[in-house]
Amino acid sequence: MQVEEKLTAETFPSSPERATLEGKNKFIGFWLFLGGETVLFASLFATYLALKDKTAGGPSADELFQMPLVFVATMLLLTSSLTSVYAIYHMKNFDFKKMMLWFGITVLLGAGFLGLEIYEFNEYVHEGHVFTKSAFASAFYTLVGTHGSHVAFGLSWILTLMIRNAKRGLNLYNAPKFYVASLYWHFIDVVWVFIFTVVYLMGMVG
Amino acid sequence: MSTLARKKGVGAVIWDYLTTVDHKKIAHLYLIAGGLFFIMGGIEALLIRIQLAKPNNDFLVGGLYNQVLTMHGTTMIFLAAMPLVFAMMNAVVPIQIGARDVAFPFLNALGFWLFFFGGLFLNCSWFLGGAPDAGWTSYASLSLESKATHGIDFYVLGLQISGFGTIMGGINFLVTIINMRAPGMTYMRMPMFVWATFVTSALILFAFPPLTVGFIFMMMDRLFGGNFFNPAAGGNTIIWEHLFWIFGHPEVYILVLPAFGIFSEIFATFSKKRLFGYSSMVFATVLIGFLGFMVWAHHMFTTGMGPVANAIFAVATMAIAVPTGIKIFNWLFTMWGGNIRFTTPMHYAVAFIPSFVMGGVTGVMNAAAAADYQYHDSYFVVAHFHYVIVGGVVFALLAGSHYWWPKMFGKMLNETLGKITFWLFFIGFHLTFFIQHFLGLMGMPRRVFTYLPNQGWETGNLISTIGAFFMAAATVILLINIVITTVKGEKAEADAWGDGRTLEWAVSSPPPVYNFAQTPLVRGLDAYWIEKMEGKKELTPAEPLGDIHMPNSSFLPFIISFGLFVAAFGFTYHNDHSWGLPVGIIGLLITFGSMFLRSVIDDHGFHIHKEEVLELEKKGAKA
Repeated sequence: MQVEEKLTAETFPSSPERATLEGKNKFIGFWLFLGGETVLFASLFATYLALKDKTAGGPSADELFQMPLVFVATMLLLTSSLTSVYAIYHMKNFDFKKMMLWFGITVLLGAGFLGLEIYEFNEYVHEGHVFTKSAFASAFYTLVGTHGSHVAFGLSWILTLMIRNAKRGLNLYNAPKFYVASLYWHFIDVVWVFIFTVVYLMGMVG
Repeated sequence: MSTLARKKGVGAVIWDYLTTVDHKKIAHLYLIAGGLFFIMGGIEALLIRIQLAKPNNDFLVGGLYNQVLTMHGTTMIFLAAMPLVFAMMNAVVPIQIGARDVAFPFLNALGFWLFFFGGLFLNCSWFLGGAPDAGWTSYASLSLESKATHGIDFYVLGLQISGFGTIMGGINFLVTIINMRAPGMTYMRMPMFVWATFVTSALILFAFPPLTVGFIFMMMDRLFGGNFFNPAAGGNTIIWEHLFWIFGHPEVYILVLPAFGIFSEIFATFSKKRLFGYSSMVFATVLIGFLGFMVWAHHMFTTGMGPVANAIFAVATMAIAVPTGIKIFNWLFTMWGGNIRFTTPMHYAVAFIPSFVMGGVTGVMNAAAAADYQYHDSYFVVAHFHYVIVGGVVFALLAGSHYWWPKMFGKMLNETLGKITFWLFFIGFHLTFFIQHFLGLMGMPRRVFTYLPNQGWETGNLISTIGAFFMAAATVILLINIVITTVKGEKAEADAWGDGRTLEWAVSSPPPVYNFAQTPLVRGLDAYWIEKMEGKKELTPAEPLGDIHMPNSSFLPFIISFGLFVAAFGFTYHNDHSWGLPVGIIGLLITFGSMFLRSVIDDHGFHIHKEEVLELEKKGAKA
C-alpha cells in the first residue's frame, strides 16, 4: 500500500501501522530501540540496587516513601496505558475521533502522574533528600528522574501528534506514528512497574 | 530530478554533503572524518613512541603525556575505527542486499553528524585547558581526581553525543537488513559482510546503553554534584568499571566482526571460490556476538571479584577461541585450491590470519586469570590488544578501503602504491608490537611516560619506535595514492576487480543514486556470480521499470547535532561561568526544536520518474 492513498473505513487495513514499508521499518526499528532502552534502564536499576542503602547520613528509603502518593501515581500511569490501548483499538477501526478522545485521556492521566512525581520530589527535597546528599539520593533521582523525563517526552510527543493531525484524520502516513508513540507509552508503563516494585515496595518493606 | 547528473560548484557540493541522506555519500563522510581522526590518533601514537624511544626522555612528560595517551586510545576506538567501520557498512551493505537505501536515511545522516560533533567537541579540549588524561577507560577513581582541567568533561559529553549517533546507526542497519532485502535474498543468502553488520548492529544496540548510563553517572558526579563514584558519600567506583566493560568488551567485537566480514568477502573474491563453510561462518559470527556479552569482567581480574567470578569469566573468555578458530580455518579452506590473485586487499587478508591469530593466542593467555595477575597493566596487554585491533580491524579497514574504493569513488587505487603501503604497514606493525610482548614480560608497565636505563628495555623500545615510523610512512603513501588516484586514476568498471561475487559489483562504479534501476531477484548465495556463470551481464530484475521513490535531503540532522554540541559547552562550564547554564539550555532548545520541526513537517520524499531513470541508465552505460 502507498502512503498517499485516501482511505475509508472499508479500505483501511487491519494493521495500518505495518501496511507500508515506512510503517514496517518504524515498527521494527522502534521495537529494537525499546530493546536498547531496556538495557539502559537495567543498568540504572543495577546501580540503584548497589547503592540503595548508601545513605551517608541522609534520609533512607523507608523514612521517605509514602504509600498513598505512590499508589495513586501508579494507578494513574497504569490506567493511562489501558486508555492508550483503547486509542489504538479505535485507530485500527478507523475511528479518528474516538482515538483522539482516548489519547487525550491518556495524556491527562500521564500529566497527573508527572504532577504527582514533581510534588513528590519537591517533598523529598524539603526533607533533606537532595541529589547531592548521598549515593542513594543520586541513584534514586537518576533512575526515577530518567523515567520521569521519559514520561514528559512521551506526553509532548503524543500531544504534538494529536495537534498536528487534528484536522486531517487518519492515513497510512500518521498511523505508524501514533502506533509507535503508544508503544513508547506502554514501555514507560512497564518500567514504572519495576520502579514501583524495586524502588518503592522494596524500599518500604525490604 | 535532472539536476542529479549536472556538474555542480564547490559550494553546491558542500551543501549537498551537509544535507545528504544518501547512504553512499554518508559513507564518504564517515570515511573522510574517520580518516582524519585516524591520522590524528596516529600522530598521537608517534608522539608516545618518540617519548619512549630512549630512557629518561623529556620529549613529552607528565600530564601532557597522559593527555596524548588518553586521546590516542579514545580517538582510535571511538573516532577512527567506529566511523571507518560505518563507512564500509554504509558504502556496501544496502547494495549487497539489493536495497535502494537504508531503512531510515534521515537517521543515518543524524548518526553521522552526532558522531562528528561529538568527536569535534572531544578534540576542542586540546585548546581549552587540556585533553582528558585518565586513559581511554577513564576509571572513575582517576577521572574524578582529574579536576585541574575540564578534559574529562569533554571526554564524557563528547563521547555521549557520538554514542547516540552510533546507537542510531546500529538500529538503522538492523532494520535495513531485516526489512529491505531484495526478493530472494534470504538470511542464509546474505553476504558475510552483511551478516557481520547485522550481528555488530545488535551488539551496538545492547552494548552502548550501559556506556550511556556510565557517562550519565560520570557527568552527574563531575558537573552536578552526584555521588555515584564518591566513596565518601557511599558511592562505588567499581560501578564505572562494570558499566564501562559491559560496553567495552562487546565493543571489540563490534569492531572486529565487520573486519571478519570484509575479509570473508576478499578471500572469496580473490580465491575465485565460494566462501568455505558459509553456514558455519554465520553460526560462528552469531556465537561470537553472544559470547561477547559474557566476558566483560576478564578486564577486571585484579579488581578483587573473587576466584569464582574470575574462573567463570576466564572459561567464558577462552570459549570465544572456538568460533574464532572456526572462522580462521574456513578462510584457509577458502584459499585452499582456489585461483588466488594477490591484489592489495588480498595481501592484507593473508597477512591478517597469522597476525590476528597471534593476538588471539595472547588473548587466551590473558584469559587465564591467575596468569593475568602477571600480565595486568603491562606492555604484554598493550601488545595483545594492538595485535587484535591493528592486525584485525585496521588491516581490514585498509583492505576494505582498497577493495571498495572503486565502488565508492569510481576509480581504482594504484596497485603498486597499495602494495608498498601494505608492506611498510605490515613490517612496521610487527616491528612495533611484537617486541612489546617481551617488554611486558620483562616488567615494563603500560601508561607510564618514561623508564630508567639498564633494565634491558632500551633496545626493545627503540625497535618499537622505529616500527611506528614505518606505519606512518605507509599512511603517507596511502594518502599520496589517494591524491594521485583522485587526480588521474583510471575509471573503474562496474565489476572493478573482474571477480565480484556480490550485488554491489553489478551496479556501476560509483552506483547511481537509486542503486538499482530495478530491484534484483536473488537466486542464491553470491547472487552476481550466479548470473555471471550463466553468461548474463546483468541481474535478473524482480520488478518492472518504474518510478523510484527517494528520500528528501535535510539540513536538520546537522542542526540537531550542532545543538547538542552547543549544549555540551554550556554544561561543561556551568559551574565556572554564569553563561554556562543558558548556553546549555539554548543548545538543547536548538536540538529539541529541530526534532519538533522534523516531527510536524511532513516528508514524503520524491520520485525519480521512469523516463529519467532510463536516461540516467543510458548515460551510466556509456560512461
